[in-house]
Amino acid sequence: MMSNHGARITQGQFSYLPDLTDVQIKAQIAYALDKGWAVSVEYTDDPHPRNTYWELYGNPMFDLKDPAGILTEINACRKTFPNHYIRVMAFDATKGWESPRMSYIVNRPKDEPGFVVERIERDGRSQGYTIRSYATMKPEGKRYP
Amino acid sequence: MTSEPAAVDLHAEYAASGVGEVLDELDRALIGLAPVKKRVREMAALLLVERARKSMGLTQAAPTLHMSFTGNPGTGKTTVALKMANLLHKLGYVRKGHLVTVTRDDLVGQYVGHTAPKTKEVLKRAMGGVLFIDEAYYLYRPENERDYGQEAIEILLQVMENQREDLVVILAGYADRMDTFFSSNPGFRSRIAHHIDFPDFSDHELFQIAGFILEEQNYALSSSGADALRDYIAQRRAQPHFANARSIRNAIDRARLRQANRLFEAASGPLDAAALSTLDGEDFRASRVFSGGLASDKKRADP
Repeated sequence: MMSNHGARITQGQFSYLPDLTDVQIKAQIAYALDKGWAVSVEYTDDPHPRNTYWELYGNPMFDLKDPAGILTEINACRKTFPNHYIRVMAFDATKGWESPRMSYIVNRPKDEPGFVVERIERDGRSQGYTIRSYATMKPEGKRYP
Repeated sequence: MTSEPAAVDLHAEYAASGVGEVLDELDRALIGLAPVKKRVREMAALLLVERARKSMGLTQAAPTLHMSFTGNPGTGKTTVALKMANLLHKLGYVRKGHLVTVTRDDLVGQYVGHTAPKTKEVLKRAMGGVLFIDEAYYLYRPENERDYGQEAIEILLQVMENQREDLVVILAGYADRMDTFFSSNPGFRSRIAHHIDFPDFSDHELFQIAGFILEEQNYALSSSGADALRDYIAQRRAQPHFANARSIRNAIDRARLRQANRLFEAASGPLDAAALSTLDGEDFRASRVFSGGLASDKKRADP
């Protein structure tokens, strides 16, 4: 049984929707900027859901007023890493929050192979499970040709 | 798709956009500068008509709005730029209407590979608003062929051309040096549609400006104070480093200092509000301007 056709990874906001268009991305960024959150662009080629720390593209962007600047950066990142996962993250520095408030994918590889379930035999014949992306069988940088 | 209107009422558009308020504010807040005000009015009219034409489907492309402000220091370039940002925002040509003021230091890096991220950072901050580059001619230093300024210029030109709807660039500086700058960077000249020249203030205008500044800070001039200030303006103009309105602001700040000192040393009884907020002739006359300027400048004048 295939429960996730095409094996699209579903992490962060809007991941069950079709990919956001640039206009939609801009509107989301504008929302974050209005709230005073710092927006940054991150990329990775390890789609494991526990991989929370992606690589930061360029410098973090503070004091921006308009989404156009961030969209420029997203496009630059897409050009450099056309076949990586790229996400936009909005960080709220307010005391008590101090954590990301938004995170959504804006670029994904053409071909997402999905995950394999691995079973581990443990003491007393008990069984443990883990998942692993087929893509990560290959070394970093060669995962999405 | 909304259908295009068959006719537009320019006066209704003018009233609805709130441009009138900005222009009135410009008239009220700035003394003198008649040619500048005239140019700004003309531009506002042009942009309003352009917007109407766009709504009727007569034009597609975003107009070139980059400007250059030339004039001596203290002639109100930054203040007008601020108003201009507001104006463009009201007319819908920039989305946020904020002004980012930078100089060479904010754009040009110190080592290889430092300039591009720095310039891009500034451009990103200015997007949706107006980027004001003060003393823009410092970006180009022909005497050093490895100067990183050229790199900043190239990035700037690219964004000025390709992202015209995202930001407006205003270059500012002294008239003669800006001319040299433009002639050695023809790319800039062709991308800038509006050149506005800021004239120097007359003595009378500077005196009016002083009145404005004093009123803002709740100070008044005694009659001897007014005479002293008029003399001060006339003499200060002839001395080096004269910066129009900025010199006047500084003179007033120093007069306030002397006034405070005078009150502190001379007053024996309680002082009323009038005494606390009146600048006297001696507060200005004690300035070095009346004894021929700064000692260091005098030395330079007669070697």
